[in-house]
Amino acid sequence: MLKRAKTWGPGVLLLAPTIILVGVFVYWLIIENFRVSLTNQHTAKPSNKYVGFENYTNLLADPNFQHSLWNLLILTIVFLGGTLIFGFLWAWILEQPAKGEGFFRSVYLFPMSVSFIASGVVWRWLLSSLQTSQPGGERTTGLNRLLDSVGLGALQNDWWSNPTWGIAAIAVPAIWQLSGYVMALFLAGFRGIPDELREAARIDGCTEWKLYRHVIFPQLSPVMLSAVIIIGHMSLKLFDLIRAIVPDANTYDVQVPATMMWVKYIGSDYADAAAIGTILLVLVALVVIPYLWYTSRAEKR
Amino acid sequence: MRRRLSLLAGVAALGLTLAGCGGGGDTPTDNGNAADATGKVGVFTWWADGSEKVGLDALVKVFGTDYPNLTFDNLAVAGGAGSQAKSVLAAQLKAGTPPDSFQAHAGAELQDYIDADQLEDLSSFYTDNDLTSQFPKDLVDRLTVDGKIYSVPSNIHRANVVWANVEVLKKAGVDPEKPAADLDAWFADMDKIKASGTIPLAVAGSWTQVQLFENILLSSLGTDGYNGLWDGKTDWKSAEVTTAIKAYEKALSYTNTDRDSLSDWAPATQLVQDGGAAYNVMGDWAEAKFAQDGDKPGVDYVYFPTPGTAGVFDFLADSFTLPKGAPNPAGSKAWLTTIGSAEGQTAFNKAKGSIPANTTAKTDDFSEYQKSAIKDFGQDKIVSSLAHGAAVPVAWLNDLSTAVSKFGGDKNIEGLQNSAASIAAKFAK
Repeated sequence: MLKRAKTWGPGVLLLAPTIILVGVFVYWLIIENFRVSLTNQHTAKPSNKYVGFENYTNLLADPNFQHSLWNLLILTIVFLGGTLIFGFLWAWILEQPAKGEGFFRSVYLFPMSVSFIASGVVWRWLLSSLQTSQPGGERTTGLNRLLDSVGLGALQNDWWSNPTWGIAAIAVPAIWQLSGYVMALFLAGFRGIPDELREAARIDGCTEWKLYRHVIFPQLSPVMLSAVIIIGHMSLKLFDLIRAIVPDANTYDVQVPATMMWVKYIGSDYADAAAIGTILLVLVALVVIPYLWYTSRAEKR
Repeated sequence: MRRRLSLLAGVAALGLTLAGCGGGGDTPTDNGNAADATGKVGVFTWWADGSEKVGLDALVKVFGTDYPNLTFDNLAVAGGAGSQAKSVLAAQLKAGTPPDSFQAHAGAELQDYIDADQLEDLSSFYTDNDLTSQFPKDLVDRLTVDGKIYSVPSNIHRANVVWANVEVLKKAGVDPEKPAADLDAWFADMDKIKASGTIPLAVAGSWTQVQLFENILLSSLGTDGYNGLWDGKTDWKSAEVTTAIKAYEKALSYTNTDRDSLSDWAPATQLVQDGGAAYNVMGDWAEAKFAQDGDKPGVDYVYFPTPGTAGVFDFLADSFTLPKGAPNPAGSKAWLTTIGSAEGQTAFNKAKGSIPANTTAKTDDFSEYQKSAIKDFGQDKIVSSLAHGAAVPVAWLNDLSTAVSKFGGDKNIEGLQNSAASIAAKFAK
């Protein structure tokens, strides 16, 4: 008995602090958050009356929350599409034997090393909504000023200050920041394909397009999947970039569930804030769990 | 031997922790003769820099002379116009370890803390210090909740002031000495300014839009109608409110299009200072900015109550509390005594640019604007500001701010009216 304890004892002791800390600060807090979301704690006044899923049904029926979900959808589609397209394009260019590959790799990867908060301050200025043709247009800054000075003044727009599509403008800096990361993933994927495979395909008379279509793309699909999962769940949680670019947390145009949760929390509406938190957790789980399931099956094989 | 030692050390550490836990908590709070208080007084504010910090320092200096036996412990938390501080404070109150006194906006914002049973009743403190007669009656009425008073105000701000650039007005042929009497006349002036090629009205992000909205509601509905919005006597769906929202829409049409991009009130006021816009509706903390930048009242800029609100003082006030379970309640009362006293109010408000709540405070060397505000406060009707937590609880204000922010984009009058009505129904008691 004692002998057995000697074999697994140290391991358990080593892991115990982690298990306890994760148990308390992750799982217990998730449960506690869920419990609060079932109560009617909408003001600072303590009240723990359980109301079932009323907060959830109210939220889902609330046009403001629906708007924030719609924003989240647009943000995710544009963000995901943009990073995949640019990431793949850059990786494909660098994959061709090109001079100065190391230099361009760093250039593309560099934005990732800047925090969303820091880049957000710069992008707030770049995405300023004032246009040169509007009253006070002489104060125009950022992209609108740049577009005007290169003769593309017609392309100026109000960026994120548009109630329907404004959130897509927030995806622009996010794409700028993470395309390099997706590029690195794809580049690793390209490098993982042995040259022999391509040679063999070419000898068999494959055109370049067919080579990509039937040999290279299938081999890149696991990379693609990881990119979708990583970018997708980042997009669902995106908060800091929006808060850094948009000065006021209440701004309706760019409200997403994460920023709405913050506004509710600051207003002491703890039940609604907790309910939004749970909804976000479920959304992220919907993205991540299929991936975990897929990888565990792939490893077993 | 070694193992036994470490065991002993462990037990000792555990004992220390337990002792530490047992120490706080259940100190009685009803004692407290401010005069014999000793020790430290921890005061929680978001006055960490600028004119606010200068004001707090002035106050602490008076406190030091009044109570040499007490040391002041500055627990200020900077950032986010107080939102950072409020979340820190909420956590401390929830954990049962409050500071000796903390800052809050007087009015509905305090209501959250009162509902949560986190504040001591200060009614007897008011009687002991004869404060009820020194503060204006209107103000005391606003501080009283179910017959009890829970805070001591340190200063008064006014939220219905228009700041205007003299040069821009003159260029457009508008007389800066004769401000418009009502909204229609004001809009007519704005048309002239628009024709002269300048933006008529500067406004910034969400909360300054809410403050503009509040000013127009007040101007359009009058004091009774405006007050009724918060206690349920005015119907949000009535035709009068529709008219007011239409006026707000018209006002928005005169504003700078990049309003959501401006980071706070200061860039909007700056626009007026630079001549980029004619008017800015802002609280009287703008006065401190004009003064700091060396602008002269009457020469570079003029100020007047928002048209249609002359004779009304849209008020907000910072105030200090005695939380339940404060570690040094006698020290807290000493601090509150200094806050309420004429000397404390004079020192603080001279530095911060606001006006004293205590009518016996000396104001001879205050600025020209401050003197006019003191005069108005003494004779005007007083209403509570929406944008600054005086009229409604924070949760209500947040929801309404989102609706107003949405209106800035879609200009849907019915939409704003319906959401404001349903928000009022959700929070009204």
